[in-house]
Amino acid sequence: MFIASGDVVPSFKGFTLIMPAVSVGNVGQLAVDLIISTLNMARVGHFHTDCLIPMAGNNPYASSAEEAVQLSTCAEVYSHSDSKLAVLQIRTPIIQTKVRSFRKLMVSWIKSSGFLRSVLLSSSQAYHRDDQQLHGSPLRYLLTPSLQKEEAPRVEELGWKEMERISAFPGISDSEQRLYIPGGGVTKALYTDCCTEGISMAVLLIFCSEGDNVPDAFALVNHLNDWLHLLDKPAQGSVQWRVPPSWRLLFGSGVPPLLF
Amino acid sequence: MATFFGEVVSVYSRAVEEDEYDDMTNEDEEDEQIRREIEEKRSVDVHWLSQTGGGAVACSDLIIAGGLNATGFISAYVLSSGGWTPLAWISLWNERSPGSRRADTAPGPEEPSCVLYQQNHNPSVLICQCSCYVAEDQLFQWTEKVMSCVQTRDLTVTVLSDCSAAEYKTSDYLSESSVPFLRSLRTSAHTGPVSSPALEQPNISTGLAAAVLSHCQVQRIPAVLHQCYSDVLQPDSLSMQMYRAAVSAVLKLDPSPSADVLQKITRVSELQSNLYT
Repeated sequence: MFIASGDVVPSFKGFTLIMPAVSVGNVGQLAVDLIISTLNMARVGHFHTDCLIPMAGNNPYASSAEEAVQLSTCAEVYSHSDSKLAVLQIRTPIIQTKVRSFRKLMVSWIKSSGFLRSVLLSSSQAYHRDDQQLHGSPLRYLLTPSLQKEEAPRVEELGWKEMERISAFPGISDSEQRLYIPGGGVTKALYTDCCTEGISMAVLLIFCSEGDNVPDAFALVNHLNDWLHLLDKPAQGSVQWRVPPSWRLLFGSGVPPLLF
Repeated sequence: MATFFGEVVSVYSRAVEEDEYDDMTNEDEEDEQIRREIEEKRSVDVHWLSQTGGGAVACSDLIIAGGLNATGFISAYVLSSGGWTPLAWISLWNERSPGSRRADTAPGPEEPSCVLYQQNHNPSVLICQCSCYVAEDQLFQWTEKVMSCVQTRDLTVTVLSDCSAAEYKTSDYLSESSVPFLRSLRTSAHTGPVSSPALEQPNISTGLAAAVLSHCQVQRIPAVLHQCYSDVLQPDSLSMQMYRAAVSAVLKLDPSPSADVLQKITRVSELQSNLYT
């Protein structure tokens, strides 16, 4: 359930929602961190639900000591009203038995908030790619039918690749094709829900393996930026994303000096 | 996934549990019934011990202690002095509980338990001592149930929790002399002074403490967490000492803890038998 952090409940009418799927390598979540941090988005509320494992910490995006002490929870909503952008960050895994109610909750919140469109940032296990998927870019997209009409030409222009459907029975018959997103967590089911509910949603995903997934996050967020133009691309080089301070020590604490 | 040498190894992910969350669409009635029964078995319940009518108790300060050192501190420094009445106990079952089902009777003094105590001379001060394991899927419900026992008007929550120093991330090397130490987290509604430094990013709090803080944050209840980082696996008196300053801000503590209780708690860490003793 969405709970506003201020006294005024923010309106998301006409906003674009960006949210991660908790998926392999946490790429969607890292990409969302980059967006919130770079655009300096303000937190407008918490997503309080029993579907996620609880977590608490101080402000992950603090740029100064004064900002540092602000409690952040497992799922929070950030907003940037100038660019009509809302971002939901999810910081913990979904409880296995509650996946279905989580999807229901997301669908009903997206519907009731009146978002113009939603973008789900996700990832899929690289080692599961089939022969046709091994070629070229590791980035894929999916559009729900209601977004297809307006965004299909734009996506075509960008030269994006749609996520391939694979045969349900490879080698035997190619007649039955299905969507297969291993390691994508809730991605496929949420996409399917949005298709049936008539929600305008785009899924952007990257094939990756678990490890240092920071480069994957940059690739995914740059890919998204090509479409949404969250930040202007400089004539030379790529967009300068601001890495949040909470990414420090991703690989553990400092080295004991006695080692040397 | 096949390795360089060709063995097929299964892949574990830190982010997702399965390759693909199974659609539970082709689930029949029996599956649903089993699911319901499991859910019922894992539910959390409050059992009142005194006749309060089962309604929420007026409360100005609620101390919630979870973790070996925190519960040990409450036993040795607070409850041992007397003057506390058990008000309610919380029953729950999960894979780490003894027995195959939820307990029906109040837990004994030595058993892992979750009990709500009320101070006799100041009934608006409550302590929730939780020495049993609460599973991830039960944390949310546990918090809702415990918080429903008290009235939230003018309530301040103090959470005591502990954590291994190995989990504390810092760019400086932690020297042995600096452990144990305390870090704090507080909700936006909490404006009073806090005796310990704030928990630095990228460190986070999880489990019971995080569930309580999240609940208080969204309900706008002032709450503060004191997390003790200790390098001893078992409860020890030095780590317990760390909570002193934090708790004495809420209630008057005995200058000396009960030696008997303290010994009982810390005895587990003593060598029971070895070749030389």
